[in-house]
Amino acid sequence: MSDNAELVELAESIFADARSTASESESGLDAGLWKTLEETGLARLTLPEAAGGSDGTLTDAAAVLSMAGAYAARIPLVETDLLAGWLAHAAGLETPSGPLTAVAADLTVTPSGEAGAAGARVTGLLARVPWARSAAAIVVLSGDHVLVLDRAAVTVTEGVNLAEEPRDTVTVDTGLDSGAVGTAPAGAAAEFRLRAALGRALLLAGAARGALAESVRYAGERVQFGRPIGRFQAVQQQLALAAAEVAAAAAATDAAARTAAVDGFGAASTAFAVAAAKARAGEAAGQVARIAHQVHGAIGFTREHHLRLVTTRLWSWRDEDGSDAQWNDEIGARVLAAGPDGLWPLVTGTP
Amino acid sequence: MTETLTRLPTLVPPPVELPERAAALRADVRAFLAEERAAQRWHPRADVWLSGWDERFSKELARRGWLGMTIPTEYGGHGASPLDRYVVTEELLAAGAPVAAHWVADRQIGPSLMRFGTEEQRQKFLPGIARGEVYFGIGMSEPDSGSDLASVRTRAERVDGGWELTGTKVWTSGAHHAHAFFALARSAPRDENNRHAGLSQFIVELDAPGVTIRPIPLLTGAHHFNEVVFDKVFIPDSMVLGEIGAGWHQVTSELAFERSGPERFLSTFPLLQALVAQIAGTDLDAEGSLAGPSIDAGRRRDLGGLVSRLWTLRRMSLAVAGSLESGHAPELAAAVVKDLGTRFENEIIDAARLLVAIPPDPGAEHGYARLLADAVLHAPGFTLRGGTNEVLRGIVARGMGLR
Repeated sequence: MSDNAELVELAESIFADARSTASESESGLDAGLWKTLEETGLARLTLPEAAGGSDGTLTDAAAVLSMAGAYAARIPLVETDLLAGWLAHAAGLETPSGPLTAVAADLTVTPSGEAGAAGARVTGLLARVPWARSAAAIVVLSGDHVLVLDRAAVTVTEGVNLAEEPRDTVTVDTGLDSGAVGTAPAGAAAEFRLRAALGRALLLAGAARGALAESVRYAGERVQFGRPIGRFQAVQQQLALAAAEVAAAAAATDAAARTAAVDGFGAASTAFAVAAAKARAGEAAGQVARIAHQVHGAIGFTREHHLRLVTTRLWSWRDEDGSDAQWNDEIGARVLAAGPDGLWPLVTGTP
Repeated sequence: MTETLTRLPTLVPPPVELPERAAALRADVRAFLAEERAAQRWHPRADVWLSGWDERFSKELARRGWLGMTIPTEYGGHGASPLDRYVVTEELLAAGAPVAAHWVADRQIGPSLMRFGTEEQRQKFLPGIARGEVYFGIGMSEPDSGSDLASVRTRAERVDGGWELTGTKVWTSGAHHAHAFFALARSAPRDENNRHAGLSQFIVELDAPGVTIRPIPLLTGAHHFNEVVFDKVFIPDSMVLGEIGAGWHQVTSELAFERSGPERFLSTFPLLQALVAQIAGTDLDAEGSLAGPSIDAGRRRDLGGLVSRLWTLRRMSLAVAGSLESGHAPELAAAVVKDLGTRFENEIIDAARLLVAIPPDPGAEHGYARLLADAVLHAPGFTLRGGTNEVLRGIVARGMGLR
């Protein structure tokens, strides 16, 4: 939920339109939707105007991303706006136009340490890069360098996640001209990780809400034993449990976005909030997907039914950009470092 | 799909930030609690808002302005915001401090009197509540009316100058110490077409003639619950709360306050804190030498999972508090907080058992074994009080249009 009602309304109408016009058998980039997002300024919502963005806040982005998740939008929004655009701009590089993707991985630059020098080459393998095949450019955070690689200069081997979203292997072996190399800002690696996790968590929270909405609607329509299955208390209890998970995911991710917006990604409070939010949204994902499928019965388990568009995303996204287990481990480490007397101050964010 | 998504009700209000002044208030409360702990005036316990009756402590809080915080100053309160009260309350619960004596009066009687009470009733009770000297109970459930509250049978008969109450209330926490309670009674015959009509709330002073209070020991044998029997108890017109016949509306309109507070997920927080001490190897209660840390990835992750959930619950509960403060009554969100929060209180117990091999010991003075024992033995109440979780899920289902 967000107080920026107009933006939410705009985003919802765009993503809903895209869903209703697209064929459900398609996967890969929804080019029409991407064009609309570019035209409405949502594609680069949080980037500064100087980088072709709309100068929006992270809480604005939160509202748009959770809506994108709810409608299973096939676009690299997190990658373009929160990651690649941010990273290129922060490194003082021009932000390429078109859909972008980003990855933090070590590439080899020869001669070593001379990424900006004439004749420098960069080589390496980038695993499971989201949307690489459809991106105009791939922004790589490699050590202290930020490299902007043109899609045409790399080799892409296609791969997918459980939702059939592109997760490609990128083979890099290319020369670099100096315009495509910048110096990463301090703390870039940590911020990249948090931005990716926050974006993914917001998508998850939205997809969970989408799955709940589908399930509530289906339970109201599907008649068995002479009445809609939603009239049975056993089904109602399950959907209420799912609603609680959806609420938790939304509260956690909204709070994390708010914390990041107010305190910045460098703050300990943001690191804690994003970790907790990704973990909590990941937990919710599994429970909501399970209940959604149980309520839908066999039809939800088929290719023809669109429930899979949100549930497969829930199953994919919970494990991307840090699973709940990984982020909970990080929270656990913070808790143990704080000790028993530091536990409550950690939870309240007030030492 | 467009339609369904927008049709889903709001399950959680927008996030809120605590006001700037909250930090100073929180620091004051923590300093006071540290002082009390250092002097060993009490030991942290689980489920303190049911079992931690300590009138000295309540009066100390009052002396510092931390009771009746939202009551206006003309009634002896402090005119603070519900979010200020939230900060104080969560600090007290997290510390496992003994808050039971003033709990009901501070949480719901004060706000109810401000909402529905007469000038006379406010003058009579609010200053005492804010001083930590007047304690209240709640009389809703009856032997045959639990989740189905509209079925209450306690009768209020019209008599000269007031009403006469006859019937039995059960599960009234602290009635044997409290000065008064709010009783929900049937003031008009039951109408099968409108089961919620004809109910009224009465302020009953518990030393009134005709009131009998009997203990209902918990499964531990501890005395917190009571049965309160009315035998033609006279209630003057001046002690009717709100309007005759509006009892159902009055009672249900408070539920969002009652269901979403920090007490719905912090009842076993002191046990979680003790669990951290065990795993981090800083158990303060260990005699002589410390046990040393017993950290492994599994324990760390499980602990992290609990804390992620706790952080989330607190943000949800705060969001509801913020929404209440701005005049909304987010019934659904409050029900969700209570369902998730009270299950979380049980998850802490599960983790405490599985991650550390210290069996519960109800005979221990304090420390891990005692916290675990109290938590286990009190756990059944967590998901019952304030509306069973199953009833709350029914409310959520109805909110989503399923019933």
